[in-house]
Amino acid sequence: MTAQSIAQAVVPALGEVPDFQVGDRVRTAVRFPVGHYRLPSYLRGKAGTVERIIPTMGVDNEEEGYGRNAGSKGHYYRIAIPMTEIWAEYKGQATDGLRIEVFETWLERI
Amino acid sequence: MTLHDDNHDHDGLDHDHHDHDHSHPHEEISITELPGYYDMLETAVRELLVERKLFGADEIRRQIEVLDSRTPALGAKVVARAWVDEEFRKRLLEDGRKGCEELGITFYDDTQLIVLENTAEVHNLIVCTLCSCYPRPVLGLPPDWYKLKPYRARAVYEPRAVLEEFGTHIPDDVEIVVSDSTAMVRYLVLPMRPAGTEGLSEEELAALVTRDAMIGVIPVEYQKRAA
Repeated sequence: MTAQSIAQAVVPALGEVPDFQVGDRVRTAVRFPVGHYRLPSYLRGKAGTVERIIPTMGVDNEEEGYGRNAGSKGHYYRIAIPMTEIWAEYKGQATDGLRIEVFETWLERI
Repeated sequence: MTLHDDNHDHDGLDHDHHDHDHSHPHEEISITELPGYYDMLETAVRELLVERKLFGADEIRRQIEVLDSRTPALGAKVVARAWVDEEFRKRLLEDGRKGCEELGITFYDDTQLIVLENTAEVHNLIVCTLCSCYPRPVLGLPPDWYKLKPYRARAVYEPRAVLEEFGTHIPDDVEIVVSDSTAMVRYLVLPMRPAGTEGLSEEELAALVTRDAMIGVIPVEYQKRAA
């Protein structure tokens, strides 16, 4: 069997295949949970691009913070957001940017 | 003051350290302040965990030993190897953690490592705005300024101004990329190899690489000594 035909025969588990691909346009969610969170508030509701899919799936740190780990592994993405998208008055070059790893539950497709 | 490091200031220039006989009054080395809220919380939680046998005192001591063994000298070795070994450099950029593990640097936690390469077009800077996430397995403990709010807030808001304060001028045509480390990934900056270092050995190169250069606040400098 070729790798391709093997891949066609395999059914991945729910959530095993990343929802987003490199290059996808995404927006971070706007919500303000009380307690432990990992998306800093200055990056809520910002548009960016998926630069990289973090290779290993990981536990959602926000759940982990309360000792809830089982079954909550998912994908983290390295998201590229232009500085001018974050700060209207940004003093620097238009090409300057920020990168942050974001757990999939914070991302929505644009 | 390296062999005999007293915890007080010696102000007399004529003070001879070799004949240091402790005849002068000595301030007792002790903690006099009351423990703070978080000190007490940490002690209480730690004692409960030990009491309930979730981990032992020896494991805490061992982990402190692990952390103490991690210093910027490890990161410097990684950088120097990447400078001299093109294949290693590619593997390191592909998977930072595996690259470090290849050199025997273990990762004692679940964090991943992304190595960010500085080039003539891109300058990388790392920060953790939420707390103090830092590539501890390869650099050890972060400097105090890295953990304090002014750096954490300003690195993502005005990185060019922050870099200027470190004495680093980034030309306008160089893109600045700030990586905010907040969840499971840690970052290490692979600085540019300075000009004029072609004849240096891997060890000599590693000696040029500083902690701050691997955070991205300064470049690696090389001044050739006058013959």
